[in-house]
Amino acid sequence: MRILVIAEHDNVTLKGATLNTVTAAAQLGDDVDLLVVGDNCGGAAEAAAKISGVSKVLVADNAAYSHKLAENLGSLVTELASGYSHVLAPATSTGKNFMPRVAAALDVAQISDIIAVESADTFKRPIYAGNAIATVQSSDSVKVITVRTTGFDAAATDGSAAVESLDKVTDAGISAFVKEELAQSDRPELTSAKVIVSGGRGMGNGENFSMLEQVADKLGAAVGASRAAVDAGFVPNDMQVGQTGKIVAPELYIAVGISGAIQHLAGMKDSKVIVAINKDEEAPIFQVADYGLVADLFDAVPELERQL
Amino acid sequence: MKILVSVKRVVDFNVKVRVKPDGTGVDLGNVKMAMNPFCEIAVEEGVRLKEQGIADEVVVVSIGPKACQEQIRTAMALGADRGIQIETDQELDSLAVAKLLAKVVEEEQPGLVILGKQSIDSDNNQTGQMLGALTGMPQGTFASEVNLVEGKVEVTREVDGGLQTLSLNLPAIVTTDLRLNEPRYASLPNFMKAKRKPLDTKSPADFGVDISPRLKTLKVEPPAERQAGIIVGSVDELVEKLKNEAKVI
Ligand SMILES: Cc1cc2nc3c(=O)[nH]c(=O)nc-3n(C[C@H](O)[C@H](O)[C@H](O)COP(=O)(O)OP(=O)(O)OC[C@H]3O[C@@H](n4cnc5c(N)ncnc54)[C@H](O)[C@@H]3O)c2cc1C
Ligand SMILES: Nc1ncnc2c1ncn2[C@@H]1O[C@H](COP(=O)(O)O)[C@@H](O)[C@H]1O
Repeated sequence: MRILVIAEHDNVTLKGATLNTVTAAAQLGDDVDLLVVGDNCGGAAEAAAKISGVSKVLVADNAAYSHKLAENLGSLVTELASGYSHVLAPATSTGKNFMPRVAAALDVAQISDIIAVESADTFKRPIYAGNAIATVQSSDSVKVITVRTTGFDAAATDGSAAVESLDKVTDAGISAFVKEELAQSDRPELTSAKVIVSGGRGMGNGENFSMLEQVADKLGAAVGASRAAVDAGFVPNDMQVGQTGKIVAPELYIAVGISGAIQHLAGMKDSKVIVAINKDEEAPIFQVADYGLVADLFDAVPELERQL
Repeated sequence: MKILVSVKRVVDFNVKVRVKPDGTGVDLGNVKMAMNPFCEIAVEEGVRLKEQGIADEVVVVSIGPKACQEQIRTAMALGADRGIQIETDQELDSLAVAKLLAKVVEEEQPGLVILGKQSIDSDNNQTGQMLGALTGMPQGTFASEVNLVEGKVEVTREVDGGLQTLSLNLPAIVTTDLRLNEPRYASLPNFMKAKRKPLDTKSPADFGVDISPRLKTLKVEPPAERQAGIIVGSVDELVEKLKNEAKVI
């Protein structure tokens, strides 16, 4: 059992999702290698070497990998995969983008979004927006897996793995980076925040989200949103929580002006404590909330902020 | 340019499915079925590119039981020109779907293939990317904007940190995200017209593709239910509970 984990990082720092993925990998066997692919990614590689349970860190540092183009990342990982029984990546937008290319190139199925490891070939994963949990068994020689990070704890970071650089470069030359608009925020990232305050269509407009930001600032929280709030242009897409947005499981999730459609619940119902603030007492969100407050959010949210 | 759009028949997004008591799957008897919402967005995008004069033909393909012809007809009512159904009653891994689509791509030689980013039943989010690897095409996944410029396609993608724009050589693959467009509704006259549009039926064997599953579902169970909570009377009470009972703030 040799396991390869693909790290999620921004070249400088390692993203938390990597740590949860290493935990999943460690449940499969104790020979875990970590691959850091990037451009000037020495910082991330150094952080990767400290993850407990990692035997070796492989580093592919080249301009061809600067924007994580799926074609280039996919071919590199495909080439490396032959020596491994399992290849795992976090189910982030990067992992979801290149991993199926690896699976198809290896002629194996991919097991998406696992939340539990049953054995070396059997895994649990949510289907139908989390309304059912499937246990699936793979008969493929290499298991290509994406990991839902909320299903696994973060690995510790008191290790010291050897670092090895790879000189292999795969540049397919069929896709190119044009530009990016990344959200700048001093708040914690949604997927790793301990507290999340989310707003829905009930917020009315984008400016009103500042009420949630003030609550978030007091709680050290991230701010999320429903699809309706994103579609209406209140907030950017990277704030969407749900079946087809981000999957989160913080200690505390506060849903404000969100009705609780199954697609939204799919992204947050594993939160430890859920609070719902909604003026409609029939809103389905109250069925999953530990604490529900039936109130107009324009009264309740400022009051909440004052009391924190 | 020809555009190939791939659509899947799935349970309607409003249905809260139930797990069968014997744990073999979810109960789809008497449940409303529909086109996967991301595939509707894919069809809409193809049709718009045709309306803009960028594409000259939109071909729609669906793989599944006879009933998926309904979704092909819907796509044609929305503006697709012709349909291909690959008929099988077997449940397919995304890998098998991608292999069949790769054969269709070989035959049809489209300039652009548009798929949904994710099926709302399997929640796989794999097929488009797999098709990319099998055909050697570049991919723009989770697209919120698609522009054809100078023999390439520029795709703006919804990624975890925000938006990323890529330029892809053609032919290319695009998978749709929610913000790409708002699909139109098909009118009754267009449904009537769609009945006369050509629909070709094939089988996986016609393409010589091995579709035997690699993944076996051993069991399907309902998720852990959350305990019903309480309704608090005021913000004061909420803050008190969060501090002293839940101890999360
Ligand atoms: C393929 C697909 C994928 C999807 N993916 C996602 C996803 O990833 N994430 C997601 O969130 N959704 C997703 N959806 C959309 C989902 O079905 C719902 O439409 C959406 O979650 C609704 O958002 P909302 O709760 O903000 O809006 P609404 O359902 O309109 O609810 C607004 C709520 O605000 C309350 N409200 C209004 N004013 C006030 C006030 N002054 N004070 C207090 N409460 C107030 C109302 O009572 C209501 O309950 C998806 C849908 C599809 C088809
Ligand atoms: N049986 C199928 N027939 C046609 N297209 C499909 C089928 N399965 C998946 N697809 C396409 O692949 C996309 C992603 O599906 P998936 O990878 O299963 O999540 C869907 O939105 C469809 O465009």
